[in-house]
Amino acid sequence: MTEALYRIQNFVPIQASELLNKVRDMKSDGQRLGQICCTKVEEGFEILYSFDKDHVLTNLRLTVPEDEAVQSVTGVYWPAFIYENEMQDLFGVKFKNMALNYEGRFFKVSEPTPWNPQK
Amino acid sequence: MASFKIGKVIIRNLFRKPATLMYPAVPRKWRELTRGHIEVRMEACILCGICAKKCPTGAITVDRGAKTWAIERMQCVQCSCCVEYCPKKCLINRNEYTAPETRKIRESFEKPAELDGI
Amino acid sequence: MSKRTVIPFGPQHPVLPEPVHLDLVIEDEKVVEAVPSIGFVHRGLEKLVEKREFPEMVYVIERICGICSFGHGWGYCRSVEGNMSIEIPDRAQFLRTIWHELSRIHSHLMWLGLLADAFGFESLFMHCWRVRETILDIFEETTGGRVIFSVCKVGGVRRDIDGEELKRIVDILAKLKDEIKKLADVFFDDYSVRNRLCGVGYLSKEDAKELCAVGPMARASGIRQDMRLDGHGAYPYLDFEPVLEEGGDSYARCKVRIREVFQSIELIAKAVKRIPVGEISAPVKGNPSGEFIARMEQPRGEAYYYSKGSGSKFLARMRVRTPTNMNIPAMVKTLQGCDLADVPMLILTIDPCISCTER
Repeated sequence: MTEALYRIQNFVPIQASELLNKVRDMKSDGQRLGQICCTKVEEGFEILYSFDKDHVLTNLRLTVPEDEAVQSVTGVYWPAFIYENEMQDLFGVKFKNMALNYEGRFFKVSEPTPWNPQK
Repeated sequence: MASFKIGKVIIRNLFRKPATLMYPAVPRKWRELTRGHIEVRMEACILCGICAKKCPTGAITVDRGAKTWAIERMQCVQCSCCVEYCPKKCLINRNEYTAPETRKIRESFEKPAELDGI
Repeated sequence: MSKRTVIPFGPQHPVLPEPVHLDLVIEDEKVVEAVPSIGFVHRGLEKLVEKREFPEMVYVIERICGICSFGHGWGYCRSVEGNMSIEIPDRAQFLRTIWHELSRIHSHLMWLGLLADAFGFESLFMHCWRVRETILDIFEETTGGRVIFSVCKVGGVRRDIDGEELKRIVDILAKLKDEIKKLADVFFDDYSVRNRLCGVGYLSKEDAKELCAVGPMARASGIRQDMRLDGHGAYPYLDFEPVLEEGGDSYARCKVRIREVFQSIELIAKAVKRIPVGEISAPVKGNPSGEFIARMEQPRGEAYYYSKGSGSKFLARMRVRTPTNMNIPAMVKTLQGCDLADVPMLILTIDPCISCTER
């Protein structure tokens, strides 16, 4: 049996400046946006963009400082609005040019950015 | 033809047993493995506290000083995690579910005094 | 231009089992726009990984959702196992597959019942749920729980099913097949059902791709996408082809799910035939320190389980992306231009699970 597809993880580190171009390339390649996920790390936020094509996974890993605004990918993949709003509400990641911005009202949380509490 | 078909269905439905159980009157049959509630055999318990540490919901409290083992019945999710980790196998999973209640129940068990000092 | 009104829909609505809120912009009787908002049942389960050790976390992850609980447990375990490079014994893989396919049957039957309820076919709803009860009984016999099984653990499974029991399950399912066949005939041919489903909520193949739809929603629009094909579990040994429909409307989605029920019954029969003997769990040593994304095909579609280890017993980050999350954009799209009376049904056809979505 050949190597199972699920073992291929493809973590590709990228820079904030090349994010939109990379995502556009993905789109023209026929990749489907799987998910966007944010992790709080020491340097700020680590954002993973997962794409899928024919059951093969590709992940773009973007690391940004906490106060830097990230380009929104909603212009390329509209469904990304769910993830961006989620990150904005739970972690306080800032986004530029969001197609659909709930301004912190997507998740109903009792305190702002509960997963990245402000000191 | 259609009337025969529907007639058959009607007659069958009239004489068939209901699919549901007349619950409080007819008791529910428990399966062998059903995880209903946790029971503790206090005489075997060594109050090590592993169950309390491993419990995903934090339902178990073990007090070594007072020699008690207590469980929040409404908080327990019957995952059987404590049963698996118990070194003395003194926790048992019983079939019957915890009865519904309007308040939170906390059951505390005390270690029998005659077995002190083990 | 006629007057526009905004009608709030949910989170409490007789037909909705799930707390999702929609602001529907209505023109006459037609929906022009729908703005979803969620967050009513957000529990922050992912955050709990920082307080629960990774072997115990599986019991918490399972409780994200009561319907696809086994899939969640399996997805989490696969993610951690990938993280720590643990190889699972084959028998455990087969057992997991059998339980997962059983939960697919039970989830789809439940959904069919809810759909019938949504268009007002009460007796069909009850029959679907009566049939589903048999599956729940199988679960209780083999795992000890009716909806939350707690049988999956990092490294394998906690319980074995012996050969006789497996044969009995196949027999029960074979009998069940006839009953489900009867229900399927009603869904496929009944005039009133077709009237409510055919042509409603059309989603073209291009739109489904554009909106990144997953699961039955994508397959009903003709996209061949099924995470069971990525080679995990026992699926590579079961050679199957995902169910595809070209219709793209609610009827097609309903058809996909009914055909998947039959497919799952076949898969279980195949798995029982090919299940090897041996161990059911592998030893787990050390702590996760890498990162891994495991993807599962839940009854509702593709789910992501991302785990990032920190070298200690506690994971640094656990992320679950559930299928409903990805289907909400597709739902919003299909809602545009539909009748107000069809809204509840359209929401149902994506099989929403908001407690999954918010975790």
